[in-house]
Amino acid sequence: MRRIISAKVRNTSGVLNRISGVLTRRQFNIESISVGVTENLDVSRITIVVSVDSDFQMEQLIKQLNKQIDVIKVIDMSADSHLERELALIKVATTSTNRQEIMSMIEPFRASIIDVSGQSIIIQIAGSSEKIDALVDVLKVYGIQELARTGITGLLRSSIK
Amino acid sequence: MNKKGTELFIDSLLDEDVEMIFGYPGGAVLPLYDSLYDKKIPHILTRHEQGAVHAAEGYAKASGKPGVVLVTSGPGATNVITGIADAMSDSVPLIVFTGQVASSGIGKDAFQEADILGLTIPITKYNYQVRKVEDLPKVIKEAFHIATTGRKGPVVIDLPKDITLDETPVKKIAEVHIPSYQPNYMPHPNQIKKVVTAINQASKPVFLIGAGIHHSDGTTEFRELLENSKIPVVSTLLGLGIVPTDNDLFLGMGGMHGSYAANQALMEADLLINIGSRFDDRLASCPESLAKDKTIIHVDIDPAEIGKIIPTDIPIVGDAKEVIRLLNKETFNTENYADWRDTVKNYQTEAPFTYEETVEEIKPQRAIELIGKITNGEAIVATDVGQHQMWAAQFYPFKHQNQLITSGGLGTMGYGIPAGVGAQLAKPDKQVVIIVGDGGFQMTNQELAILEQYHLAPKVILINNHSLGMVRQWQESFFNERRSESVFDNQPDFQKMAEAYHLKSVRLDNAETLEEELIQAFKEKEPMVIEINCSPTEHVLPMVPPGKPNNEMIGVVKR
Repeated sequence: MRRIISAKVRNTSGVLNRISGVLTRRQFNIESISVGVTENLDVSRITIVVSVDSDFQMEQLIKQLNKQIDVIKVIDMSADSHLERELALIKVATTSTNRQEIMSMIEPFRASIIDVSGQSIIIQIAGSSEKIDALVDVLKVYGIQELARTGITGLLRSSIK
Repeated sequence: MNKKGTELFIDSLLDEDVEMIFGYPGGAVLPLYDSLYDKKIPHILTRHEQGAVHAAEGYAKASGKPGVVLVTSGPGATNVITGIADAMSDSVPLIVFTGQVASSGIGKDAFQEADILGLTIPITKYNYQVRKVEDLPKVIKEAFHIATTGRKGPVVIDLPKDITLDETPVKKIAEVHIPSYQPNYMPHPNQIKKVVTAINQASKPVFLIGAGIHHSDGTTEFRELLENSKIPVVSTLLGLGIVPTDNDLFLGMGGMHGSYAANQALMEADLLINIGSRFDDRLASCPESLAKDKTIIHVDIDPAEIGKIIPTDIPIVGDAKEVIRLLNKETFNTENYADWRDTVKNYQTEAPFTYEETVEEIKPQRAIELIGKITNGEAIVATDVGQHQMWAAQFYPFKHQNQLITSGGLGTMGYGIPAGVGAQLAKPDKQVVIIVGDGGFQMTNQELAILEQYHLAPKVILINNHSLGMVRQWQESFFNERRSESVFDNQPDFQKMAEAYHLKSVRLDNAETLEEELIQAFKEKEPMVIEINCSPTEHVLPMVPPGKPNNEMIGVVKR
């Protein structure tokens, strides 16, 4: 099952190496991993998407991550109501005849065109991974030249109290 | 006032009350060695970096204080990797300073450069590379804090050469505060209540005790708890010494080469109270069967250990000593399990550790039993890894905290001699007995060179069975007796090796005169290599075959 782990860590050199090491050593496959600073510049947030076999495995992973000296807090976001977003840049081959068509195809995805040249355009999309997958499917027929995805980042929703 | 990195290094170590450093010099640490020349802190020059790190481990285990290691960059640093992994596995507090090439050369494949930071991430509790000289005092202070608190372990500090030469104004260092590292010492009171209830409802409770009690210095408290609760107790290899071997409630070591009584008790118990051990596979080769039909209490300072191997009914995160102290305030219905005490005691009388005596050849078990008798169970025993290690665990009558110095989790051959030397340096007035096999002896015997230099007088017991005994045993038991590369047809003359190190030595071949000769040898005030020519065919028994439940032991001899 797919799980999203959100880890707040001290912003030290090598912290990503440490965290990914914990996963590889225990034979977890990382689907995506993204890192960035938080509101506190000394703290980074690492969002990891992994596939695990069981809750037991997940619990072990969280414990091993929490054990790392640099780790402030680790949560399994997928266990709670959360938001997750990914950003993708997709370079698609275009001709003067199909450009309009592509623009109308991507519109429902709330994607935007951020670069245009004679033979191609670059489309930017942010959203859930499924949404990006769906757009990629739509664009395949036009010929995707290059694709860059950031991997997931996310936050827990505020609880209503 | 400005100070150089080297001066800050010495100041910081003095601040931490470091008594000695184990190490080996080289290019990248020349400035640091220059600062040691003034002898403010004694330095023990081992003959190999692996020796330095194992000696520091032996020192740490015998003294309860962190061991400090200093080696150079590249090969010097890679040579300590085994010892760091060993310390990680057995939660031994170490501070390992590795030299590094100058900052300008890092990442450029400079002479003697290795990525020690990257190499040691998975085998350290934490590691640092100092990037600015002004960070050095803080890093050292943090490193000692991390190594010696919570679940103890090794910390590496990588020191680029230029940093040690740079100068910086001296500043007062704040107390260590790492918000992301706050080990929990005090157990939750509700959990303690649950333990008391569980014990009072149990009819077949058993304690399983491990190194966590040594690390928390909780031996006295545990003995009191034993007195109060009268619950039979099983130890792991690293837990030996917490309870004196002759204590009525002590069933011996459990696990692969544990006692029949200990393993039966572990299996039959309805309540298992694990304090400070981690259900290692040598203890619990078949965790499912061990956990079956019983309540499991697990006390550990490392939350990640709880539930890792065996699902836990009552988890307690906390320091072993604190937990035991709280339990000592309680009273227990010790009569509830009086019958159980008799049952397990009977198992013990029924099948104690034993071996077949003969005058034809010396049985290694007997040699160790005699050493236990001659030293009255008082010696600090350092072992290497293999058959002799298990026989030491089975036949030496341990009775003190931190008395057994052995490589448990990693099973590092070559550990014994340097670790024993380190233990002797930590406790110069105690009798240290180093028990090694002929395999391990040939891995790190160079450290015997230190004995004369520092006037150390351990007895080195070389159990020579002309083979890599444990490998041979497994080949004989599980690989159709195909003794692949496990028998030494050619061996050095160990007597001459001892002589080369200016050590007295003796070779004992005769089972009939063994006791008398051992007594004589132990009367010597000097260090000595005592080579005992032992049976080359003996197996360590009884044994839980790998993957089998603890009550399916082979080689149990019942009286």
